[in-house]
Amino acid sequence: MSDKYIVKELDSVVIRFAGDSGDGMQLTGTQFTNTTAVFGNDISTMPDFPSEIRAPAGTLAGVSGFQVNIGSTDILTPGDEPLVLVAMNPAALKASIKDLQSGGIIIANTDAFTASNLKKAEYESNPLTDHSLDGYELHGIPLTTMNREALKDIKGLSGKDKDRCQNFFALGMTFWLFDRELDTSTEWLQVKFAKKPILAEANIKAMQTGYFFGETTEAFRHRYRVRKATLESGTYRKITGNEATAIGLVTAAEKMGKTLFYGTYPITPATDILHNLAKLRHFGVRTYQAEDEIAAMGSVVGAAFGGAFAVTGTSGPGIALKSEAMNLGLMLELPMVIVDVQRGGPSTGLPTKVEQSDLLQVMYGRNGDSPMPIIAPTTPSDCFNAAIEAARMAIRATTPVIILSDGFLGNSSEPWLLPDPDSIPPIPVTHATEPNGEDGTFLPYKRDENGARPWAVPGTKGLEHRLGGLDKSPETGNVSYVPEDHAQMTAERLGKIAKLVDIIPDQEVYGEEDGDLLVISWGGTYGAVRSAVRDEIEKGRSVSHAHIRYLNPFPANLEEVMNKYKKIMVSELNNGQLAFILRGTYGIEVESYGKVEGQPFKISEIAEHIEEALK
Amino acid sequence: MSIKNIPLKLTAKSLRSDQTVRWCPGCGDYAILSQVQRVMPKLGLPKEDFVVISGIGCSSRFPYYMDTYGIHSIHGRAPTLATGLAISNPDLSVWVITGDGDALSIGGNHFIHTIRRNIDLNIILFNNRVYGLTKGQYSPTSRQGHRSKSSPMGSIEQPINPIALALAANATFIARTLDSHTKHMGGVFEEAAKHKGTSLVEVYQKCIIFNANEWGDLQDSHKRDDHIIYLEDGQPMVFGKNMDKGIRMNAQYELEVVELGDEFTEADLLVHNVKSKALALMLSSMEWPNFPAALGVIHSREAQTYTEGLELQIADAQARKGVGNLQSLYADADTWEI
Repeated sequence: MSDKYIVKELDSVVIRFAGDSGDGMQLTGTQFTNTTAVFGNDISTMPDFPSEIRAPAGTLAGVSGFQVNIGSTDILTPGDEPLVLVAMNPAALKASIKDLQSGGIIIANTDAFTASNLKKAEYESNPLTDHSLDGYELHGIPLTTMNREALKDIKGLSGKDKDRCQNFFALGMTFWLFDRELDTSTEWLQVKFAKKPILAEANIKAMQTGYFFGETTEAFRHRYRVRKATLESGTYRKITGNEATAIGLVTAAEKMGKTLFYGTYPITPATDILHNLAKLRHFGVRTYQAEDEIAAMGSVVGAAFGGAFAVTGTSGPGIALKSEAMNLGLMLELPMVIVDVQRGGPSTGLPTKVEQSDLLQVMYGRNGDSPMPIIAPTTPSDCFNAAIEAARMAIRATTPVIILSDGFLGNSSEPWLLPDPDSIPPIPVTHATEPNGEDGTFLPYKRDENGARPWAVPGTKGLEHRLGGLDKSPETGNVSYVPEDHAQMTAERLGKIAKLVDIIPDQEVYGEEDGDLLVISWGGTYGAVRSAVRDEIEKGRSVSHAHIRYLNPFPANLEEVMNKYKKIMVSELNNGQLAFILRGTYGIEVESYGKVEGQPFKISEIAEHIEEALK
Repeated sequence: MSIKNIPLKLTAKSLRSDQTVRWCPGCGDYAILSQVQRVMPKLGLPKEDFVVISGIGCSSRFPYYMDTYGIHSIHGRAPTLATGLAISNPDLSVWVITGDGDALSIGGNHFIHTIRRNIDLNIILFNNRVYGLTKGQYSPTSRQGHRSKSSPMGSIEQPINPIALALAANATFIARTLDSHTKHMGGVFEEAAKHKGTSLVEVYQKCIIFNANEWGDLQDSHKRDDHIIYLEDGQPMVFGKNMDKGIRMNAQYELEVVELGDEFTEADLLVHNVKSKALALMLSSMEWPNFPAALGVIHSREAQTYTEGLELQIADAQARKGVGNLQSLYADADTWEI
């Protein structure tokens, strides 16, 4: 290395790539992440894209960002404040600058800072020259010009095609800045453009030129090194929550010895589960894109009746439409799984932003007493485990089970240690094959010790029976309006869900088992809350963390755990939904710290509230 | 369909469940139930392979009266459940029981999309042109001007034509029959059940309480033959008790009823062709009393079912990639060793 710059060792660093939604920022961020993951860093990523497919170029509404946190230590979140911001135009700079840490590095494409683009980004003067960025390390680089120059000898590509390589020019520069090899992205480009090698050539050339620009220019004062993380040994890949959900569902189906039926309707941010599963026909996966959310749920109930492992995926507005058919599934007492990848609400809300505000909806948002188990995965890769556990619960209690994921988990990624599929225990499924009543009759609602009813699949001789949404007599399942029957069936439906507590692990606590403050969280906020509590414990504060993964039923020891702290603070991305349930369930005092800005918690925000609560 | 141990005697009687049938006395539903029970034993399948799925409405009580597998589901959604079942379990004979409100109002979307996908199931649409279970409001098939509790001054809305709707959705089998004409009904059900893909049978059904006169002379076994044309593929469209009337297309491309005699002979009449979608659309528009009601198979053609297409894709994917393997699925990304 030359002595033109100083090499800085960092435990972790946060980088954000931001540009127009047509600039390929998601791709750039993903490529950077892949390389750094293959190098051996721990990672956590978060895309932030507009819901418009292509908002007008250059506007704030059209900014697409991708943030990645890379580290040699345990990385739990995509990071609060980026150290490095790559801004492809004024709008990208404006949308991201508020998050950049003070003294942070800005790499801006000066060619895009035209009068017209500045106006679109609502800048009154050029921030690159008006000294408003004096507190940062600003690198104004004419990316477009330099990229064109680099590619001028490549024949057979239009100027427009060449300009579309400039994200790889920026990527190359970033690789230099973090001392990363170009191999992984080079190989990726060669495979991606195998049929159009000229595009591979152009992008590779752009990336290399960007890298060498870093090497030869004297603009950068520092180069950064983040050592390999000490992760458990094994084979890793990068995985998003939606990928992990899809793979988990396929695994669960195999472990049940069943085909997977996935009936769904496209909705942000759940659609990628469908995309991932649709590619898996060779697993016998039957994906079905229904005409609407209601039909999707109906198809799942029908497939479950037919003996398939039946699953749907959606988001809050879809849950609203599915509720009636979900309740039918509950009434028919058939196993099935409903994945809710939450987004900002109410109504259409914020489709591409994160919120945890469907908890009360999935818990209580159906007519009648309608209990459904709820599992909330904690990290992207944990969605894999949640899918398998949901299947296990669905079979055990012959019930619909809800996986409460969110847009952050769904789209964010982290390294995943590949499990050995043989080490995952089977999910035993028993189908009724013989009559279970007197005189050879079949009693479809005669329960086992777990409260489950027999799952008799059409085609099974002698077990013909009728199910329906009307309430029933116990055991026979015949339509009944007898008051005692309704009371008993309601209690039985409730009881079998409550009994799932037998297979739910006890609530664990991070930190001391008693003390001044217990921070409670659930779902995708795990990383931010855990990081904040970890930092506060290091500062000597009496604070512990309980991240609840099972929201219905709660772990058996939860009340006992909570009673050991003087104060309880529930941190969630809503206005206190879990806090409300905890108060109602246990009659205890809890403080609620909610955030509804469509953005994940920052570690610093949680830390501030911990400090506040401890005062 | 797989051949299983077919019981020697699957009979209409053995398809009756132990539940008391509770439709109003004189309701057309009784005859439909009885015909379905008569037809099923003719299909060569064991009892356990039949599944009857309904939505909500008077007709939707149907599954409770059948000793088969069945689901009494929620309003309008029966085709969605039947679809999930048929996709995941293609060997079953799946029957959807629905009414004009269930299928064409609250469930209109599912009705067209199920047909469009050609899911292998039979839809029996009980069309009585009124809401019975909720006690007599007008339905989406009620005639304009129909007076009911919710339209005391007459319905303002135009009715929907279920057969034209099914044609728009590229239906592969459409037939129509009449509840009081049990023999005809049985024959149509049998043809529908044998068709591969979605079969739609519209049954003109009498609601004796709220819309008893809807079908007028069609319900009178002495007069009905003057108001019904029994469609036969390849046959000229002759009808009437004395077979002295026919249907022809005039110079304005419209259907008209003609008397056979000096002016018109059989040679002037339309010949039924079940494969013609255009003809089916014209026939669907014939409305009693201005025209005879077209009963029988209106449209029928062969096409791949949804599940056949899906199974071909699965077989193709497995031939190309091999049967899925979890280990390689997990590793199907950029991986690295630590």
